[in-house]
Amino acid sequence: MPSTEFSREGIVILKLSNGYNVGISIKDAYVEVVKEGYVKTYTEEGGGTSTYVRGSSDSLISIVSTGGTIVSRVEYETGAVKPALTAEDLIDFIPELKDLGSIEVIDLYRILSENMTPKHWSSIAEVVGKKILSGVDGVVVAHGTDTMSYTASALAFALRNLPQPVVLVGSQRSSDRPSSDSALNLLAAVITSLNAPFGEVVVAMHGTISDNYVLVHRGVKVRKIHSSRRDAFQSINDIPLAKVIFPDKRFIMINNRFLSRCRKDELILMPKFEEKVSIVKAYPGIDPEIIDFLVDRRFKGIVIEGTGLGHINDSCIESLRRAVEEGVVVVMTTQTIFGRVNMNVYTTGRKLLLSGVLPGSDMLAETAYVKLSWLLANFNDLDSVKKLFTKNMVYEINEVHEDYLYPRWYHGD
Amino acid sequence: MEINYEELGLRVGLEIHQQLDTASKLFCSCPTKLFEGSEEGVTRIERYLRIAKSETGEIDPAAIYEYMKGRKIIYLVPRGHVCSVELDEEPPHELNREALTVAIGIALGFKSKIVDEVHVMRKIVVDGSNTTGFQRTAIIALGGEVLDDEGVVRIQTICLEEDAARKVGEVDGAVVYNLDRLGIPLIEISTAPDIRSPEQALRVASKIGIMLRLTGKVKRGLGTIRQDLNISIKGGTKIEIKGVQRLELLPKIVEYEVMRQLKLLEIRDELIKRGVRKEDITSNIYDVTEVFRDTKSKLIRDKLRAGCKVYACVLKKFKGLLKVEVQPGRRFGTELADYAREWGGVSGIIHTDELPGYGISDAEVHNLFKFLNVDEGEDVIVITVGTEDRCTRALKAVIDRARDALSGIPKETRVANEDGTTRYMRPQPGAARMYPETDIPPITIDSRIINEALKYVPKDPNTVYEELISKYSLSPEISKQLIRSPYFIYFYDLVRELSDEELTPQYIASLLTIHLRSLKSEGVPTENISIEVIKDVLNTLKRGEISKDGVIQILKEYALDPKKPIEELIKKYSKVDVNEVIKIVSKIIESNREELIKRKDKAFNIVMGLAMKELRYRVDGRIVADVVRNLIRDLGQG
Ligand SMILES: [Zn+2]
Repeated sequence: MPSTEFSREGIVILKLSNGYNVGISIKDAYVEVVKEGYVKTYTEEGGGTSTYVRGSSDSLISIVSTGGTIVSRVEYETGAVKPALTAEDLIDFIPELKDLGSIEVIDLYRILSENMTPKHWSSIAEVVGKKILSGVDGVVVAHGTDTMSYTASALAFALRNLPQPVVLVGSQRSSDRPSSDSALNLLAAVITSLNAPFGEVVVAMHGTISDNYVLVHRGVKVRKIHSSRRDAFQSINDIPLAKVIFPDKRFIMINNRFLSRCRKDELILMPKFEEKVSIVKAYPGIDPEIIDFLVDRRFKGIVIEGTGLGHINDSCIESLRRAVEEGVVVVMTTQTIFGRVNMNVYTTGRKLLLSGVLPGSDMLAETAYVKLSWLLANFNDLDSVKKLFTKNMVYEINEVHEDYLYPRWYHGD
Repeated sequence: MEINYEELGLRVGLEIHQQLDTASKLFCSCPTKLFEGSEEGVTRIERYLRIAKSETGEIDPAAIYEYMKGRKIIYLVPRGHVCSVELDEEPPHELNREALTVAIGIALGFKSKIVDEVHVMRKIVVDGSNTTGFQRTAIIALGGEVLDDEGVVRIQTICLEEDAARKVGEVDGAVVYNLDRLGIPLIEISTAPDIRSPEQALRVASKIGIMLRLTGKVKRGLGTIRQDLNISIKGGTKIEIKGVQRLELLPKIVEYEVMRQLKLLEIRDELIKRGVRKEDITSNIYDVTEVFRDTKSKLIRDKLRAGCKVYACVLKKFKGLLKVEVQPGRRFGTELADYAREWGGVSGIIHTDELPGYGISDAEVHNLFKFLNVDEGEDVIVITVGTEDRCTRALKAVIDRARDALSGIPKETRVANEDGTTRYMRPQPGAARMYPETDIPPITIDSRIINEALKYVPKDPNTVYEELISKYSLSPEISKQLIRSPYFIYFYDLVRELSDEELTPQYIASLLTIHLRSLKSEGVPTENISIEVIKDVLNTLKRGEISKDGVIQILKEYALDPKKPIEELIKKYSKVDVNEVIKIVSKIIESNREELIKRKDKAFNIVMGLAMKELRYRVDGRIVADVVRNLIRDLGQG
């Protein structure tokens, strides 16, 4: 067996006939080479090749595979991770998919979501746009979960006037585990892509830790708020758009605030993203030089993940004023996650506003980051960028926070 | 049935699973204690497991896939016993070092060779008893042996693994598990199929059990040790039998399984003789509700009223075979019913080999055969009542099982019943699909952990036995019983802390064996008596505050009601002095004076009876007798 990165030197891993692996020291051992073998390695590029399985209904669903837990499997013989998915693999695991339509899987990337960059967003947007224009009935993007909400936001801005939903889906437990959440999530994603009345980019993930329903979140309003639970994705400052109930696979809308499907000829693709945008988290000992550095390095946008209502240590204000003067767009969000920025309440906030820092309303920091990156790449004049940033475009801003948007925790009763 | 096992080529292998008594579970920091409260209000979650068809490792992948499909699993999540790891909501933590050390100690005791690096694996488990769908397990050591009168039984592997969730019931076709037990460390000792007789299975299992106890680091009580067996005979099939909790059952289970295999082979031969071919057993399932429209059978009538229907399938040329007894009290029809229940979730089946019966009339049976146009003299019709979906699944399973009868004995995993018979549980996985547990780095076994493990290496039971006789002057019989007693490991502590001229090791040994066993045979739940309680009571005895008779009585009452504070019982049975006896006896005489005078010849017995009621276990009976005798002498004179 190939050795693992944790194995000690001088240990060989043997697979016994009963399937177990054991590590045995080869010190003073007699070793005879019987046969040579090798472990297949995979590149990060899938090259966009596609596989196809015919289904029992007329619909055609394109699944764009970008990598992550949902498409990777551990090969039981070697323990190696196979990072790509074919339509056959998918049907082998979820035969019910065939009842929903023919399945096409496009092997675009095989990367873990932490390795995604704005460049990847652009090509995913292009592939998705092309698929929509080609007339497929459903589009689903399989994606690693860590940065899935960033990509979802990116697609939400890059694909204007969507004629159908674009559903991102991931899993918190890989598909090689019988307890994987991927089958339910994928089924729900496909069902949503075919049935939803909206033309928005959404994320379909487990709603609870039971297999009872999958939530369909608005891409610009969703966040991974747990490192491992299958219900890690939850809508923040908004409610999910819909849910798909299992085992009956029933799709129901739960939010009546959504962008309706547009006509296909209205679709506009604006897939560019500015890479010189940074997120700076405010913290007690923050050094203003961090901001100076970004300005000196010609960054075009800075998203501050401020404290509370949108604050940062006074000592940074001078640097931020300079940044704005030099043409950097600086925006403010809050690290409290829930709630809205309001920079009129305290002196620091007012000073920041005067320095030209833009309030990000109730946008998540990551959404603000993607939006700013998209605006800077697609609009030439700073005034449009600034005006559009504070304006709601795809419901990334929610002006009404009703009480029930805030979750409840266990308080001893 | 007299069976010559040697001729049959009987081969039995054992897998002993014993829970380790560690502070925390194998892959998380939850305690290893089971939840004892009410299930009401406990959080429940619902899951489904699935596996890619190509990954089942099955001879018949479709079977296992179908088995898992749509099978709802409900997990109970009692607070304080379960965290995100058991819920499969968080990756496992590192392997519990204490458990690993104990496992190594045990392996050394069996002369097993410890591996240099431990690799945790995932073994696919499809019944929902693991939230992940697999059990985490690792080989700690290879080889080793158990010495037995009939020869050496080899040990193949010693594994450390996580215990599964505890099945607590079924509702509407969903299985309910409590997650409290999931993750408790288990050591699994697997022997080679070297066991040749039912009795040898018992001897080897109990020997392994004793060794495990001698480490002092294993759990006690029902369910903490479980035996699995694999049993085969020449020309038969290797059958797995799971979850035997009582050691004494092992010989019976072996015997009954051999009997079952022989009977199934007879059935096969008979089918071949009758010229039945696989294709004769068609997959057709019929709605035969019509036949039972006006049935007198309450069983069927009630269900029809509830909207159910009656479905049937035909087993061509099977007549009479479903009546064949394959194990005591279990017919071939029972085997088919197991499949119907497991796969369709129906309550059972009715077949024409057992009709008329269940209130179904002769006429109805005739009609049924006529309705389906099959031969009453040759064929069997199996019916079941319920919803279409469930009945179809159930009868499909019956048909498949009937087809398998043509090849003999299907590969199955079975589960033991209380009486030593077994029933079908699920299809047997092929070569177990094992995946590396990529979430847990391999663990190097170095000399430090081996040295640490030395303190858990169990002594050989023979050495222990001889030591008890020579060092503690116990009789051979008591020594033997003591080694098997669940309290054995405390014997040394008790002797060290308590023994003196009165409280001899022999007394302690007989308390832990003869006395507790006789309480148990009276039906007293002696498992309620913890070693702390025994220590408390013996300390009181040592101080002279209670009598030896009192010790047994206190333990008995405590076991019957363990919520009662032990101090209360000790007070109740505390020794009294002669003055107190005189006071009590006088009072009895005073309040019964008239009757005693009337029945003077019986007076002693009457007073004695009443006095002992109050004084039993608190004072020697002879002292009471003396006092009574003295005091009734004055009777009638005053
Ligand atoms: Zn835990």
